Amino acid sequence: MISTLAIILSFQLIGEIASRALALPLPGPVVGLILLVLTCILRPSVAAHIRGTTLGLLQHLSLFFVPAGVGIVAHGDLLREDGMALALALIGSTVLAIAVGAWVFAAVARWTGSTDPEAQKGPNDA
Amino acid sequence: MRDPLLIWSYLAQGPLLWLTATLVAYLAGDACFRTTGRQSWANPVLIAVILLALLLWLTGTDYATYFEGAQFVHFMLGPATVALALPLYDNLPRVRKAALPMLAALIAGSVTAVVSALLIARAFGISGPVLASLAPKSTTAPVAIGIAERIGGQPTLTAALVLLTGIFGAIIVTPLLNALNIRDWRARGFSVGVAAHGIGTARAFQVNETAGAFSGIGMGLNAVLTAIIAPLALRLFGG
Repeated sequence: MISTLAIILSFQLIGEIASRALALPLPGPVVGLILLVLTCILRPSVAAHIRGTTLGLLQHLSLFFVPAGVGIVAHGDLLREDGMALALALIGSTVLAIAVGAWVFAAVARWTGSTDPEAQKGPNDA
Repeated sequence: MRDPLLIWSYLAQGPLLWLTATLVAYLAGDACFRTTGRQSWANPVLIAVILLALLLWLTGTDYATYFEGAQFVHFMLGPATVALALPLYDNLPRVRKAALPMLAALIAGSVTAVVSALLIARAFGISGPVLASLAPKSTTAPVAIGIAERIGGQPTLTAALVLLTGIFGAIIVTPLLNALNIRDWRARGFSVGVAAHGIGTARAFQVNETAGAFSGIGMGLNAVLTAIIAPLALRLFGG
């Protein structure tokens, strides 16, 4: 567990340094993610080593958003003034973006013949 | 027995109390999520945030004091983002096969998210810095804040809008795509990652690992694309 954490933190650190040094449009952790995927491709043993702890971490991905979420309440006055209009814009645009994105993905997958029978939602899935 | 006020003033100083409260509130949210049969409206982030906000209000604690303790949990966002490498690696053959659908869905979803938000907000009379704060709301928080600063938005407002978008997207994605009868896990995950970043990705992982992997990719790619699209869209549709 500690060695996995050290590996992940090292990749984040390298990502942060690269993101800043090269003025990339991507945040450090995303650069770290890309470098870690490349490392796993070159050395599959790394993927096997970090598997347990990493999947455990991702199972509770929601937890890590809680402190920032509480910040919405702290900045409530910012939202009060234009609250209704902002809420409508958020709701409308999020519904449209998810619907359009998923529909385009499914349509292009059909046209290009890149459908994936194993990645279909069954009738009993959530 | 010592004066309880003394104990409280000791606890209110250090990070222990609010770190513990954050974990317990999340576990309570997660328990609600499980007992409702993993219903998307019982979102664990939303429940935990409401519980903690109530607790802060009842105890008269300000956000800065709370964050002293909660920052340890907040810090884990970075490592968790790096950890998305593993499901991405596991799904690589699948990802290679889906390059074209992903590219098309990325452009369609990202443009829709930015342009429709600007048009709706403008129709309701929003302009200037508030509009600029809204433009990057579908992308992951650190990138969104950077974009907002560059195009004249308010970073704290953007941070709040990003989180609200994520929570709403995570709640709406399952009923919405069920209604549209889209059953491809890749499409379901990818679109929620593009529209609702990490919180959408967390939801996708709760449901299906392939959906989670594609959601992580959608989030990462949209971070890049929104940095390009948001300034352009604001110039075209920002009034």
